[in-house]
Amino acid sequence: MSPNFRIAFRFLTAKKRAMTMSLACTIIGVGLFIVTQATTSGFEEFFIKTILGTDGAMRIQDEIQDTIHAIKTSETSDFTVSAREEGRKYIEGVQEPTQIIEALANFANVSGASAVLRGNIQVRSSFKNESAQIFGIEIDQHVKVSVLKSQVIEGSLDVFRDTPSGVLIGSVLAARLHLQVDSSILIDPLNQQPARRYRICGIYETGVRDIDKSRVYVRLSEARSLLKKPTGVTFIQLNLNDPYRAPQDALHMEEVLRHSAEPWQEREKSWLSAFSALKISSGITVSVFTLIAGLAMFNTLAMIVLEKTKDIAILRSMGYERSDITQIFLWQAVIVLAVGIVAGSLFGGGATYAISQMPLPRGGITGIFATKHFIVNLTPWHFVEASLTAIVTVMVASLIPARRAARLEPGDIVRGTAQ
Amino acid sequence: MAENRTIALRCTNLHRYLGEGEGRVHVLKGVSFEARSGDVYAIVGPSGCGKSTLLYLLGLLDQPEEGEISINGQLMSNSDDAARTAARGEHIGFVFQFHFLMLEFSALDNVMMPMRKLGKLTPDQMTDRAHQLLTSVGLGEKTHRLGTQLSGGEQQRVAVARALANQPSIILADEPTGNLDVKNSSIVFDLLTRLAKENGQAVILVTHNPDIAGRCDFTRPMRDGLFV
Ligand SMILES: Nc1ncnc2c1ncn2[C@@H]1O[C@H](COP(=O)(O)OP(=O)(O)OP(=O)(O)O)[C@@H](O)[C@H]1O
Ligand SMILES: [Mg+2]
Repeated sequence: MSPNFRIAFRFLTAKKRAMTMSLACTIIGVGLFIVTQATTSGFEEFFIKTILGTDGAMRIQDEIQDTIHAIKTSETSDFTVSAREEGRKYIEGVQEPTQIIEALANFANVSGASAVLRGNIQVRSSFKNESAQIFGIEIDQHVKVSVLKSQVIEGSLDVFRDTPSGVLIGSVLAARLHLQVDSSILIDPLNQQPARRYRICGIYETGVRDIDKSRVYVRLSEARSLLKKPTGVTFIQLNLNDPYRAPQDALHMEEVLRHSAEPWQEREKSWLSAFSALKISSGITVSVFTLIAGLAMFNTLAMIVLEKTKDIAILRSMGYERSDITQIFLWQAVIVLAVGIVAGSLFGGGATYAISQMPLPRGGITGIFATKHFIVNLTPWHFVEASLTAIVTVMVASLIPARRAARLEPGDIVRGTAQ
Repeated sequence: MAENRTIALRCTNLHRYLGEGEGRVHVLKGVSFEARSGDVYAIVGPSGCGKSTLLYLLGLLDQPEEGEISINGQLMSNSDDAARTAARGEHIGFVFQFHFLMLEFSALDNVMMPMRKLGKLTPDQMTDRAHQLLTSVGLGEKTHRLGTQLSGGEQQRVAVARALANQPSIILADEPTGNLDVKNSSIVFDLLTRLAKENGQAVILVTHNPDIAGRCDFTRPMRDGLFV
């Protein structure tokens, strides 16, 4: 044990009240940091999981049409000049989905692709009418780019697969139209075609209200004939192995596929930025606690410095250097930090677990996702971040009294004129 | 030893002013002094004449406005804080007039403190030496008492033991027997003189006790910031 550490430990334990105070602040700071980060990021992660599981990581849609055409500079060279970024124009939809899906096989990150034909419709039940959208899908492809299978709360996907006139409808829409599994509905394609009758094979719930109240899944072939679109689709929904690489992949895909590619980060921008804002604001609240921990430590050390000036003079008279004095006081901060971080992590981890078991008021949240419990996401990173924040604030706060102690002149101290 | 006594400490023409502005006082007015290793010096004089002030300067705890101090032939008054700190640890043992110990630490810890900083002994050797020193000041039974659990005189004796810890060539003691009864005064004084003779240490002590002063090799009476 280094002599400076020994001295630090004694100084600190001799001032139990002040030490307990700064320790408590550190524990609370670290603990709350972990709790808030775990809960805010828990909801964010869950939201991301919901939207990735529903609308996929990426959509390929609308063909890009070059307005400034490639210019061949000479017959012998195939060097081309193009300026595509500006004045970009699009042709709506994907005309050759099969070709695009084949080309997508070359992207290692893509784990699934599903062509979707979308159209506005009206759904009629014996009870009332609602406007909605049909999504024509090949179910076996679509389950690879979504978690639709687990979102079905009534009925079954297998029945939908085997029933040519089957549909899956959202839970909110079903409730509004008073529909159950096996009820039949009329879908009016709003294009002077006669309405057709379908049977409800399943009711799904994504938790995203906008989707659950408007989306009706039908077979792609049904959608084609309803909407009179024999070829082409509206978009291709992709699933990615690493969804966080979507923006880079999107750029690359636009280049290669000549279709616009929209990553989920772009698509859900407004919600994602709301979550960031939430994280920042809870971060600020928690920073106040770490700030208080820093202040408490500052106060404790400043007090110990004042009380121990004579000990400092004795130490200096025995050959202890200025840097030893600084170390003695910084060690005290390190001791508080070490204990505070361990205890704070236990407290934060425990509290996070307790919160995750807590039911949400009024039976849960629905709207942007559906959950009945608090969602937490406890990663080692939260502990690291909390510890780093505590270390930085407490050490910075300790530096001032520690350096003041080191600057004291032994001669001034023994004469009582030290300031 | 007695034959080739070197000069352990020398100061020339030391001036020290204390206080600020109106209250500024010329405390030391050109003090010169020499201490040879193996000799015991007593500085005597009325209260307020500047004895402690001089001792702080000699102990490199304070710096003079004017004058020079050399320790074992090395000029220290112009050197930087690090060099003076190192010299304090290695060459000087200091006993303060009023506060002696770090009170949250045991007598043993206090005595080991300078040894730990110097780091020349193994932990076991340090403990042995500290025990030895405490025994020699009559505190062999109280080595584990905290500073707060010792009387003023006991604290003072621990402080003397601590000043001897690193076997410094110069021992500066500001009234080391001030709080002690006759018997313990003798123990402490005899210890200091014996060490001076055995190890060739220069001992400079401030005392108001004429008996003690009389038993030193040299007495330097001081008055109003000057030796007379
Ligand atoms: N901070 C200060 N400002 C002004 N004068 C001071 C200050 N500190 C000490 N003095 C004066 O310096 C003089 C010397 O003080 P010092 O402590 O050296 O005396 P001393 O000889 O050790 O006295 P004693 O025997 O009482 O310990 C005293 O007259 C004291 O009043
Ligand atoms: Mg004095």
